[in-house]
Amino acid sequence: MNKYKTELMVGVFVVLTIGAILLLALKVANQTMSSAGDTYSLYAKFDNIGGLKVRSAVKVGGVTIGRVSDIHLDKDDYTPVVTLNISTDYEGFPDTSSVSILTSGLLGEQYVGFQPGFSFDGVEDLKNGDYLQDTKSALVLEDLIGQFLFNRGGSDD
Amino acid sequence: MSFLQQVGANTIARIAAVGRAGLMLSGALFAAPKLKNVSLTVRQVYVVGVQSLLIIVVSGLFIGMVMALQGYTILVDYGAEGSLGPMVSLSLLRELGPVVTALLFAGRAGSALTAEIGLMKATEQLSSLEMMAVDPLRRVVAPRFWAGIISMPSLALIFSAVGILGGHLVGVDWLGVDSGSYWSIMQSTVEWQKDVMNGVIKSLVFALVVTWIAIFKGYDSIPTSEGISKATTETVVFSSLAVLGLDFVLTALMFGIE
Amino acid sequence: MGNLVEIENMMFRRGERVIYDGVSFVVPKGKITAVMGPSGIGKTTLLKLIGGQLAPDEGDIRFDGSSIVSMNRSELYQTRRRMSMLFQSGALFTDMTVHDNVAFPLKEHTKLSDDIIDTIVALKLQAVGLRGASNMMPSELSGGMARRAALARSIALDPDLIMYDEPFAGQDPISMGVLVKLIRQLNDALDVTSIVVTHDVTEVLTIADYIYILADKRIIGEGTADEIRNSDSALVQQFLKGEADGPVPFHYPAGDLADSLFGEKS
Repeated sequence: MNKYKTELMVGVFVVLTIGAILLLALKVANQTMSSAGDTYSLYAKFDNIGGLKVRSAVKVGGVTIGRVSDIHLDKDDYTPVVTLNISTDYEGFPDTSSVSILTSGLLGEQYVGFQPGFSFDGVEDLKNGDYLQDTKSALVLEDLIGQFLFNRGGSDD
Repeated sequence: MSFLQQVGANTIARIAAVGRAGLMLSGALFAAPKLKNVSLTVRQVYVVGVQSLLIIVVSGLFIGMVMALQGYTILVDYGAEGSLGPMVSLSLLRELGPVVTALLFAGRAGSALTAEIGLMKATEQLSSLEMMAVDPLRRVVAPRFWAGIISMPSLALIFSAVGILGGHLVGVDWLGVDSGSYWSIMQSTVEWQKDVMNGVIKSLVFALVVTWIAIFKGYDSIPTSEGISKATTETVVFSSLAVLGLDFVLTALMFGIE
Repeated sequence: MGNLVEIENMMFRRGERVIYDGVSFVVPKGKITAVMGPSGIGKTTLLKLIGGQLAPDEGDIRFDGSSIVSMNRSELYQTRRRMSMLFQSGALFTDMTVHDNVAFPLKEHTKLSDDIIDTIVALKLQAVGLRGASNMMPSELSGGMARRAALARSIALDPDLIMYDEPFAGQDPISMGVLVKLIRQLNDALDVTSIVVTHDVTEVLTIADYIYILADKRIIGEGTADEIRNSDSALVQQFLKGEADGPVPFHYPAGDLADSLFGEKS
């Protein structure tokens, strides 16, 4: 067998393997997703975050504007604090904006729905490090069912 | 009595075979390596790795495409077709990549290794190496073993990558899932350490087992045409069973216990 | 002149079956010693025992004074560089050309430059008359040519001992004549010791200096070619003349035919 051809093909094999690793590293398991651009952080306190995870998307009307970068519990009042990394392409949301935890489809991923508020005089823009005041927690199916049954029981009286 | 005796004899024979296999492997691996063996290993990477590339790429592509098609029809009922990306990529990275690659490798390269070494034994090439004061374990077994260990994880990675591209082809280009969500939901779900690296570890274990079985079966074969054909069959059967069994154990260890 | 190989009271068993029982013989230096015997007697096994690939159950095998049986692995590998074996099939490496096959032991065991190796290979191939075939693959060679190529490979390192395993089996008269001539020539020209294991009586009687005949787990006759021809042992005479029946029975040991045909089925 031709030694040159053997070595060439093994070289091609190695290149293909590296290509596969790069594809898997950059496109499939991307750690630093789209943070190629600069981001700024906003914080939001929720009563219940449901199944929200780090790296879940933050969307405005379906358009992804950022990712959840951190989730931790506030040490003073024991409520979850979610850190949102928003792309600097989308700056100047008004202070009155609200966030809620939504689910894509019936069984899909949970994500943070971002609702830009109305902007009028006296309302400031959200800046890096600000807390979002108006938050709506994740819908937890068990709670909903419990509430529904409780209400039914009440109306029977 | 004769039944019990047979069970005993079989057990002893099996244990003796495992012992011989261990001796063969340690003889091959702990022999002082020579620089010359690197080029022998490169040559074997060509034989077991590069020549398996076509079947791996084609299988990976089709398995990715089929999974996208099947997954889409199920997920679309729940409006969750955006989760197609993670479904395809996680199945490939965690399970199908390492397992299917190992099974194909056993059929394509493992059987060839067994037959090659068995025929080298039958045609007295191994004996003749020994008489030339060249250790066949180092000269014949070690390069093939290392080539298997190098090739299989590489093939598994290529398999997964091609499969994910195949899933994209069907899911996005054909069925109309949004390309952005295919990738971005995949990216938010797949973890490098947990999914990709665990798949590579699985693949390394399978490579060890399949290559070891294949080489040992050839090395230990009865040097007749019947003996070699039996050894080749056993390579494929034993390595497939070992891969599937080990896969369960590894999956339980890696993902079963949170 | 001393003896290169000495076998003393050697016993070898394969599983339950005893192959050799109390075999002793010596191979003098610089001579061609032939070991003859019917097929299936384990003549190849004998060569593997001398080469240390198998170990006897009892007795001792000595090569140039040192015991092969008690050698450790590295000593054995050192000793094997001084011997070489021509296998029945030739055992050429099928993935290399004839040239690379002959160069193989040189590349493994010496640090000679490629130029010198090429020269040595050309000389060795010239000696067996195959210099023109150096770029052919083993699969393209005829049986006789393959054996000659293997012979070139086994003399590549200028060994002290060459063992021939059935060198004449399945050869046409011409290649047989060539091989007989080569074995004699190499033995005289290189001053090596040769052991030829074979069942081809006529060829071996023409070249061997001393002959042992193996049968029934032991040596049944020995001597020079003339002594063997004139031996009065019935076994030796049966072997030389190729008679179908005699002391070595035509039938493999079995029960009475009438019993097995008409007797009780067991």
